[in-house]
Amino acid sequence: MVERKIRVLVAKPGLDGHDRGAKIVARALRDAGMEVIYTGLHQTADMIVEAAIQEDVDVVGLSLLSGAHMTLFVDVAKLLKKKGLGEVLIIGGGIIPEEDVPKLQKEGISAVFGPGTPTEKIVEYIEQNVKR
Amino acid sequence: MFDKKELEQIKKEKEEWMKEYYDPLIAKHPERKKRFENLSNTEIKQLYTPEDIAHLDFFKDIGFPGNHPFLRGVHATMHRGRLWTMRQFAGFGSAEETNQRYKYLLDHGETGLSVAFDYPTLYGYDTDHPMSRGEFGKCGVAISSLKDMEILFDGIPIDKITTSMTINGPAPIVWAFYIANAENRGISKDAIGGTIQNDILKEYIAQKSYIFPPEPSMRLIVDTFEYGSKYVPRWNTISISGYHIREAGSTAVQELAFTVGDGIEYVKWAMERGLNIDDFAPRLSFFFNAHNDFFEEIAKYRAARRIWAKELKKLGAKKPRSMLMRFHTQTAGCSLTAQQPEINIVRVTIQALAAILGGTQSLHTNSMDEALALPSEKAVRIALRTQQIIAEESGVTDTIDPLGGSYYVEWLTNEMEEQTYRYWDRVEKLGGVLSAIEKGFYQREIAAAAYKYQKEIDTNKRIIVGVNDYKTEETVDIPILKMDEKGEERQIKRLNKLKKDRNNQKVQRNLDVLRKIAEGNGNMMPAILDCVHSYATLGETCQVLRDVFGEYEEPAIY
Repeated sequence: MVERKIRVLVAKPGLDGHDRGAKIVARALRDAGMEVIYTGLHQTADMIVEAAIQEDVDVVGLSLLSGAHMTLFVDVAKLLKKKGLGEVLIIGGGIIPEEDVPKLQKEGISAVFGPGTPTEKIVEYIEQNVKR
Repeated sequence: MFDKKELEQIKKEKEEWMKEYYDPLIAKHPERKKRFENLSNTEIKQLYTPEDIAHLDFFKDIGFPGNHPFLRGVHATMHRGRLWTMRQFAGFGSAEETNQRYKYLLDHGETGLSVAFDYPTLYGYDTDHPMSRGEFGKCGVAISSLKDMEILFDGIPIDKITTSMTINGPAPIVWAFYIANAENRGISKDAIGGTIQNDILKEYIAQKSYIFPPEPSMRLIVDTFEYGSKYVPRWNTISISGYHIREAGSTAVQELAFTVGDGIEYVKWAMERGLNIDDFAPRLSFFFNAHNDFFEEIAKYRAARRIWAKELKKLGAKKPRSMLMRFHTQTAGCSLTAQQPEINIVRVTIQALAAILGGTQSLHTNSMDEALALPSEKAVRIALRTQQIIAEESGVTDTIDPLGGSYYVEWLTNEMEEQTYRYWDRVEKLGGVLSAIEKGFYQREIAAAAYKYQKEIDTNKRIIVGVNDYKTEETVDIPILKMDEKGEERQIKRLNKLKKDRNNQKVQRNLDVLRKIAEGNGNMMPAILDCVHSYATLGETCQVLRDVFGEYEEPAIY
């Protein structure tokens, strides 16, 4: 039996248009053999969770550089849980102050990758932590 | 530029030098890399000589500052006459907090203002709109109405100081806030100076804060050109920006080619409307990035000026002022590292120096902590001091275009110009700028360059100090800017009060007039100003245009 590829949704919540990081991560994950779905910009929590359900993903990667992560990442994490997708691995990236990281982890965003992170570190993290 | 005999001798002696000195040395001690290349992947040779610029004509291609083709600078005296404007991009939280930051910056010797708006404002939403959730004041100041603009500039002499506003989709409305505020303070439209970014093409290409589809967006921009040239003559009605293209991951050559190409597209649209090129072209301004490769950046600015001058002349400009490219520069935000943030001060210094040697008219230097959060007061002050040290202590401003005539810089300037024309040929084949956007050409080119750059860092082919080499294990100890948590509440209260206190019938009437004009083809600026004067909010005014024009959605390409 062929092993199912890890399925990842890369999402841009809110109004932030900085998509360089999200696109680089999407490509790197694809090159590492994962199935990547990129939502595009300006997604609400509802849209992201709906896409996660439709695409049956194992991982949701959220990218935000506007500073609204404490609201928007948490919105997505809560809604995923509410819709019964508590098993989905949630990771985040962007301009996120160190002091916000533990707070995000408490809300279910298991890891945060800031500027300067090598892409293979994200690949590795997903491979080791995906639950399925 | 050199006589034939001399060139032949140079060529001969260079060959001998290679054979006798260079080749034997590298046979014993190979160079550090097999291939040296800049950030645009152009190969750089070990040495440049007159041979490399022999095809250039001094009078036609190099010339004098303040003279066509403006390669050496747009003014005859450049920074000897007047320093560049030190203009730090700033804005966060509420209008009150940002007003305080502006006063702080002006107190410390800043010479121009530059407004950063928050995301809801950039998308034409008021603070109380559902899409604004979580974004209030986060990466800029929230401005939902003329009321907020009044507070933002309270106590600031807007008749004396110029203001740049980074606003694109809703630029005509936010500009109208600024004009209306000036008028209410008794300052006439023709006395205020500044810039609105108003460059929608690079939004589709890179920065992505667009609202309407391309055609109505271009119409709005030409409206501002027309209105500005008649009534607000000291205002730069556009700042054609490569900055964001570069931040999205482009190379320097892509930044140059796409930005100047966008500029020409705007000129064509305005001429098609019937505007006289010499009426509006003098108010077109540019905005570039200053990244890490020192000489490449300098060559980029010089090439940009020469290409613009040549192309505007071809398009029929007669006034020298229409052909000279004035530009603002910001050091590269994307080059800042979250690791060892203090060393960003050094990066910013090198980048700022490139911008100044490249002949910039104004400059923003980034703060060391911006890969972590919005900059603290101290970090901003150091960034500003960096400019002041270059200006006052380094001596680089004592002569004009000191790198002019450098074999390497002149060769690279020319090389970047040629690569630009090659990009333009590709865009032309795709059916022009708008068509290339719709086909995702720019987006793909930039994403590919960004990925390549990241891979080079991931594989240590490119070293970034503190990130993939020279690392130190230390916790980052940078104070993070704290915002007033009551700001959002205060802002929403102000909006509610505004909507109660104003003459709502008048607001409705003005919005209806705007809708009619938008549905037709008249210039929308006067109607927008009427809306704004009657305290229609940004969201309300923008919604009228959203209803008429619809919204743009981009294909998600990665």
